[in-house]
Amino acid sequence: MGSFEPILTRNVGIPNSERIVVYLERGGYTALRKALQMTPSELIALVKESGLRGRGGAGFPAGVKWNFMPKEPVTKYVCVNTDEGEPGTFKDRLLVEHDPHSIIEGVIIAAYAVGAHRAFVYIRGEFLLGIKRWIKAIAEAYDHGFLGKNILGSGFDLDLSVHRGAGAYICGEETALINSLEGKRGEPRIKPPYPAQMGFWGQPTLVHNVETLANVPHIVNHGAQWYRSIGTEQSPGPKLFCVSGHVRRPGNYELPLGTPLRTILEEYAGGMRGPRPLKAIIPGGASTPMLMPDQVDLPMDFESLAGAGSMLGTGAIIVMEEGTCMVEVARRLMNFFAHESCGQCTPCRTVTQRLEEILTRLVRGQGQPGDIERLEALCEGVRGLTLCPMGDAVVNPIVSSLRHFRPEYEAHLTRKECI
Amino acid sequence: MPSGTFVPDPAQRARLLAALYIAQEQEGYLSPQSLQRVAERLGVPPADVYSTASFYTLFRTRPVGRYLLQVCTGLSCYLADGAERLVDYLRRKLGIECGETTPDGMFTLETVQCLASCGTAPAMRVNDELYENLTTEKVDLLIDQLLERAERWAALSRS
Ligand SMILES: Cc1cc2nc3c(=O)[nH]c(=O)nc-3n(C[C@H](O)[C@H](O)[C@H](O)COP(=O)(O)O)c2cc1C
Ligand code: SF4
Ligand code: FES
Repeated sequence: MGSFEPILTRNVGIPNSERIVVYLERGGYTALRKALQMTPSELIALVKESGLRGRGGAGFPAGVKWNFMPKEPVTKYVCVNTDEGEPGTFKDRLLVEHDPHSIIEGVIIAAYAVGAHRAFVYIRGEFLLGIKRWIKAIAEAYDHGFLGKNILGSGFDLDLSVHRGAGAYICGEETALINSLEGKRGEPRIKPPYPAQMGFWGQPTLVHNVETLANVPHIVNHGAQWYRSIGTEQSPGPKLFCVSGHVRRPGNYELPLGTPLRTILEEYAGGMRGPRPLKAIIPGGASTPMLMPDQVDLPMDFESLAGAGSMLGTGAIIVMEEGTCMVEVARRLMNFFAHESCGQCTPCRTVTQRLEEILTRLVRGQGQPGDIERLEALCEGVRGLTLCPMGDAVVNPIVSSLRHFRPEYEAHLTRKECI
Repeated sequence: MPSGTFVPDPAQRARLLAALYIAQEQEGYLSPQSLQRVAERLGVPPADVYSTASFYTLFRTRPVGRYLLQVCTGLSCYLADGAERLVDYLRRKLGIECGETTPDGMFTLETVQCLASCGTAPAMRVNDELYENLTTEKVDLLIDQLLERAERWAALSRS
């Protein structure tokens, strides 16, 4: 195994790591003290310089987003996105359950930097333990004077509360999240305006993923240069990689961005679970295009995966061995997206449903002549026509699977069976 | 805002999801009456309350069994050779199809996609509790425990 010393998950596995006493013993909240001595613009400059990019899927530079927030003293908000729900992704749950204070510390620093006095945690309704951990940790942070009025005598005030979602994957999309926080249907809003301009209750709102915020205290503690020494030039810092599927040791592995996929799979996840060789990999969560076995030497960072025609997404690596039916894989993913499409855009709603229908009949050996061409046409028919990025993303795994495994689809159609 | 309009107070509206959770806890689901009550309490039009509740899968407008079993059939759980086997096993064991409730009102079986337990697949939720790395043996044990728990409650409420 490599020698990377975990940063984001350094407290995971320590007994009672979710409690503030343990967090404090291990150096917690020192970054907050340091940050409150700095000016907001110094902090924004620091995060910009660190090159930290969002870990919620899109990889947008965090410092740039902070800078988009208006400098005027208008009412502003910060939201913590804990809605994790894309098949293959299970990193945020780990951080929230095992180290909520590292995220809270990140939230307070971010709120101070952008001048927000109210912050919300939006958490997936299913995460009962996470909800409990958030509530407890926030109460502890208030007790210690890290939240509330005049934090650590700095004159800065911040309130933080927890809001439970209710079972809708799309609420992870930032504008849908804001609608849901407002008590509405979690339907995405048209962008622009971006949340940094007009978000919760029409006010500027900074939305961040849990993992992104967990990076912030470390950047404040150790500086931008230190942070940039981890990972690659364009994708600095550590990343949680969630490995699932046909590997020997599925789980979360924290490694520098740019770590070769092969290293993650072989050294950390223990290689394939059995004698069957690797067939395909979904590298960044259910909506990212598949990679083939000859691509396992790719470095896992934003640019390398984009260059290879895929995406780093959330860093959720789903591994499939030889013998896996790719039509069934496609059907399953489409079943998810058809269910989770919020239905606002006709192309997204109907295309996901039609794709699911066709894939289901192919899997059952009831395919009809022209079905494969129908799949291709449907995938084309959604691109660029939807309100949120989900519409474009849902067809990604299908398009790549059709490109690489077309004979399997044909076998389902003509011979009514798997190859 | 002139008085007498139907524009709800944004702060009240923001409490809607929390209010629906509280209402659901009382009866185990959201009856038309409880939706109406939530609407009145928050000053949100009943149609909005209903429309919002129906958007979210964790809000139920029909009663479910005492234990709601939600088996993950997401991709990672499927790849772990678990999802299908567990669903089939539970269907046979409980004698119900997905979406149905046992005649004694004890169990409802549902499938869901991804509980963020893909690294510890296969996974299932029972009411609000998460169970991971499941096998049919573990499921047997769990069902027995749930039945026992229900039995104890029944005995307690009789005495
Ligand atoms: C369909 C869809 C689902 C999303 N789900 C999540 C999610 O569960 N968690 C998350 O942090 N971001 C999610 N995002 C990304 C958010 O919209 C947003 O970009 C992110 O929270 C910003 O945080 P970051 O800059 O720290 O990455 C989703 C985006 C889309 C289009
Ligand atoms: S693309 Fe799909 S999920 Fe996104 S807003 Fe449109 S219908 Fe909803
Ligand atoms: S796919 Fe089953 S928990 Fe994620």
